[in-house]
Amino acid sequence: MTQKTLIEGVREALMEEMERDERVWVLGEDVGRKGGVFLATEGLYDRYGEARVLDTPLAESSIIGVAIGAAMNGTIPVAEIQFADFIHPAFDQIVSEAARIRYRSNGDFGCPIVIRAPFGGGVHGGLYHSQSVEAFYAHVPGLKIVIPSTPEDTKGLLKAAIRDPDPVMFFEHKKTYRLIKGEIPEGDYVTPIGKAAVRREGTRLSVFAWGLMVHYCLQAAEEVAQEGISVEVVDIRTIAPLDKPAILASVEKTARALVVYEDNLTGGFGAEIAAIIAEEGFEMLDAPVIRVAGPDVPAMPFNKPQEEFFLPSPERIATAMRKLASY
Amino acid sequence: MYRQMVLARAVDRRMWVLNRQGKAPFVISGQGHEAIQVAAANAMRPGSDWLVPYYRDLAFCLALGQTARDFMLSVFGRAEDPNSGGRQMPSHFGSSRLRIMTKSSVVGTQICHAAGIAYAAKVRGLDEVAVTCIGEGGTSQGDWHEGLNWAGVHRLPFICIVQDNDYAISVPHRLQMGIDNVAKRAVGYGIAGVTVDGGDLLASYAAVKAAVERARGGDGATLISAKVARFTSHSSDDDQRRYRPQAELEALLRRDPIERFRGYLLDEGVMAEDVDDSVQQEATAEVDAAVTYAEAAASPLAEDTLRNVFAEESA
Ligand SMILES: Cc1ncc(C[n+]2csc(CCOP(=O)(O)OP(=O)(O)O)c2C)c(N)n1
Ligand SMILES: [Mg+2]
Repeated sequence: MTQKTLIEGVREALMEEMERDERVWVLGEDVGRKGGVFLATEGLYDRYGEARVLDTPLAESSIIGVAIGAAMNGTIPVAEIQFADFIHPAFDQIVSEAARIRYRSNGDFGCPIVIRAPFGGGVHGGLYHSQSVEAFYAHVPGLKIVIPSTPEDTKGLLKAAIRDPDPVMFFEHKKTYRLIKGEIPEGDYVTPIGKAAVRREGTRLSVFAWGLMVHYCLQAAEEVAQEGISVEVVDIRTIAPLDKPAILASVEKTARALVVYEDNLTGGFGAEIAAIIAEEGFEMLDAPVIRVAGPDVPAMPFNKPQEEFFLPSPERIATAMRKLASY
Repeated sequence: MYRQMVLARAVDRRMWVLNRQGKAPFVISGQGHEAIQVAAANAMRPGSDWLVPYYRDLAFCLALGQTARDFMLSVFGRAEDPNSGGRQMPSHFGSSRLRIMTKSSVVGTQICHAAGIAYAAKVRGLDEVAVTCIGEGGTSQGDWHEGLNWAGVHRLPFICIVQDNDYAISVPHRLQMGIDNVAKRAVGYGIAGVTVDGGDLLASYAAVKAAVERARGGDGATLISAKVARFTSHSSDDDQRRYRPQAELEALLRRDPIERFRGYLLDEGVMAEDVDDSVQQEATAEVDAAVTYAEAAASPLAEDTLRNVFAEESA
């Protein structure tokens, strides 16, 4: 099988789901003729036309608000927010509306929308093109949150998101778009939402990560393996619902847990994973749970030294692994 | 339409009584707004056209097919409440069957939803119109602008009715916008702007009917500014005597849309006094029955707090 990029996974999922189900449509800024600023929607406009591949006004709250309304009236919108950094104007529509429509109507209405957004740093995106936003939404029951790290998962999970009857936020790490290549199975397949994946088996310690950090953790695990430290790398894949059994099963095996995320340390989603392990896995632990994350500064700077300082690197992760292994 | 207004008023008055009796923790009213709402409902095709409502739309929702019982079930927060199973405060309407979209308490978000419903209707080739309501204070929200902009860009079958009662809780119209009439903004969106006396049932009907025809004919969206009177305080947690002069409150009573239409019907000889009496009695009887039923109805189960977060078959 040929190697494909992660963004091809996005594109193939959209193309095939729009073909399979004419209720599916795409909206966002520049998703039409241009095919998106990252070319995630390339080819869709030519195939499906303007009504189903719609360039919207530059107004994020209405991108989500209109998607919600259109979902009420028999369609399945896939809304693209050009960068996760610009999702904040739509926070209200996502949190007060999409997430609560089923709950507040006691099941009378559902809200089958997908919100895609590229997130994450390491691309010289500066303060406003590098953010991780998953923690804001992880706090909100009623939303499903997916962050794929491989091309295969990207396609399978995006298909699952589109077929899901509830709102799904789908965050794609922009640095992985072309960096990460892998096989994409032929034919139609769905990767279930709510399941973590063990990317590397190990015995000495477990590391939990998502998005780009999965790959940095794999590199770090490879490095410390030379020193005899066997690391298990668990790709969280879906922040909500979170695969708690998989997390606890890995901790049971290794008795040591490291959580890695590129968001700011304080209140980042990794804090929740650490809390779950501490609360439900205390008896299994031989060492405290450790976190490696971005520093508590407002956002990721543009210049090279400061961007590198912010983003957890394979080296920093390897250092934490050594520390934890020797505890 | 007269009957619908009378019923709405009777339901609305009763909920305040229940509030004073300590039986209804919170109520919010549509008294004074009935004419524009009932007119709009009758200009629509119920079950096919959509209403994306706001919290004053009691008369609107009753005219679209909700019942006094449905409403009283929500006042008491009962399990059978069709709007939300007792989860939301009363007047947060919603019914998929009647195509009344579920509403949050957030002022303004609904305008984008109506634009989305209308966009889907247009793309799917459905002969449907999306009507949404908001107060004049709500028009200051960004979502109001964003939704109307969509309606203009795509010439959507969309109608926004601004029920302008001069106040947003206590904030007067002059501190809300620099214009006397919000319909003036329509030109900025490339849609039709219409001003109507929202206390005049027949004028309101004509205005909404024309907007519905414009929408159905593919001629795009309409912004209707309907001037109305807010008879009650903003809600049961407010006392409007603190910020509205006594003379203003007294003058309001002369703007009662139901009295105006009643006078018209009697003067024109369309309705006899005794018919009016029976209309009033029927409304009272319906409200009595609704309250009796709702008060006795079961509350939701505490453990059901956890239900309907996600689709249950997939959860
Ligand atoms: C976004 C938001 N801000 C504030 C409130 C609190 N609030 C509820 S109704 C209201 C006034 C609304 O006034 P208007 O839009 O004129 O409608 P009216 O109540 O007069 O019909 C306010 C401030 C809210 N519900 N939502
Ligand atoms: Mg008002």
